[in-house]
Amino acid sequence: MMLPLKLEAVSFLHVIQPLSIEIEPGPSTIILGANGAGKSVLMRLMHGLLPPTSGRISWRSKGRQAMVFQRPVMLRRSALANVVYALELAGLADAEKVAMEALQEVGLAHLAHRPARVLSGGEQQRLALARAWALHPEVLFLDEPTASLDPSATREIEAVIRAFDAAGTKIVMATHNFGQARRLADEVIYLHQGRVLERAPVEEFFSKPATAEAAAFIKGELPWA
Amino acid sequence: MLAEIAEGVRLVATLDLRLWEIVALSLQVSLSAVVLATVVGLPVGAAVAVGRFPGRHALIVLLNALMGLPPVVVGLVVYLLLSRAGPLGELGLLFTPGAMVVAQTVLITPIIAALARQAIEDAWREYEEQLRSLGASRASAALTLVWDTRFSLLTAVLAGLGRASAEVGAVMIVGGNIDGVTRVMTTTIALETSKGDLPLALGLGVVLIAIVLALNAAAMVVKEAAQRRYG
Repeated sequence: MMLPLKLEAVSFLHVIQPLSIEIEPGPSTIILGANGAGKSVLMRLMHGLLPPTSGRISWRSKGRQAMVFQRPVMLRRSALANVVYALELAGLADAEKVAMEALQEVGLAHLAHRPARVLSGGEQQRLALARAWALHPEVLFLDEPTASLDPSATREIEAVIRAFDAAGTKIVMATHNFGQARRLADEVIYLHQGRVLERAPVEEFFSKPATAEAAAFIKGELPWA
Repeated sequence: MLAEIAEGVRLVATLDLRLWEIVALSLQVSLSAVVLATVVGLPVGAAVAVGRFPGRHALIVLLNALMGLPPVVVGLVVYLLLSRAGPLGELGLLFTPGAMVVAQTVLITPIIAALARQAIEDAWREYEEQLRSLGASRASAALTLVWDTRFSLLTAVLAGLGRASAEVGAVMIVGGNIDGVTRVMTTTIALETSKGDLPLALGLGVVLIAIVLALNAAAMVVKEAAQRRYG
């Protein structure tokens, strides 16, 4: 078990002010905040793509983690080969078979041999999830995975995210979509100008926000949620 | 002028043996140089694109500047290196097709490396986070990127081939334009023009342009088909 993930007085340039949080195993964690609040940077710090300017980030032990980005990046090869590529980098055996199972899981088996980059946006994002699924990560980071997708593609993506959760993968997801946060979150971390202002169970966060900023954010966003 | 063009076309159309030997040697020299320059230039371009080391920016500036190397200067330097008294004189390459391959390789390696660097670096910018997230080392990311940008790299290689087949200064100096040994299309055109044999010069000019056009058209077809297929 690689969790908990501990951030101690972690800052990044002026985007993330020194913050300390712990990500525990279990419930899905949603990082909520307006554009520019530092959600993406915080996810990248946790995933190890960015080095903190100061502070310490530590996992309890080594383990597999994966990240799905807002815009999926696919290699110029088939959908299946994209998943196989990730498995081979991770040094996992039976890559072809595991990759095919992952494509089945996200409902893309019939497109396995299509070039990945000509798939639709929603299909590419599901393929990105299949690529993560095949790795059986303990922790999955998702950075606004549905921000550029239509509602039906969004539903499909959310279904796969739920399947990850059901399979025991810890979900850490950034979003500014309230509906999505309500559908997927167990707890909410509210980020405002690079600071964690609140951390609460999802229902409590939306019904009784503890800070004026969170209350204003919820009020301001609700009409479009 | 028209009569001369017609005569040139006739010379080409009637498959003048001497002329085809010249064309064949040109292709042999330039294609060899392209293969060597690709073998050296692509890895250099990929390393500079993805690597992080001191002097990287200076190296990029240098590579870009070397794209404009004057062929006569390259010819002169290779001449000095290969001449009997030079450091590589013992190889006995001067005034052979081998010397011409060396000179053209020196000339076009920076072109292929610089254009490859640009294409691979653009792709790296798009792929970096994803590849690092999947745990790719820089070296394996570089290999992935070379394969993924293969159709753009084809353009880089073609630019090198275009430059090699069109230049006259370097092969003239290190090859010596010896009839039947090191005479290629461009040196023949220069020589025949100065002698006043315009039909042969024009005929070769037509062949040269036709070859370059055909290669570029083929590359374009491959690239567009690939784009449609792979996105």
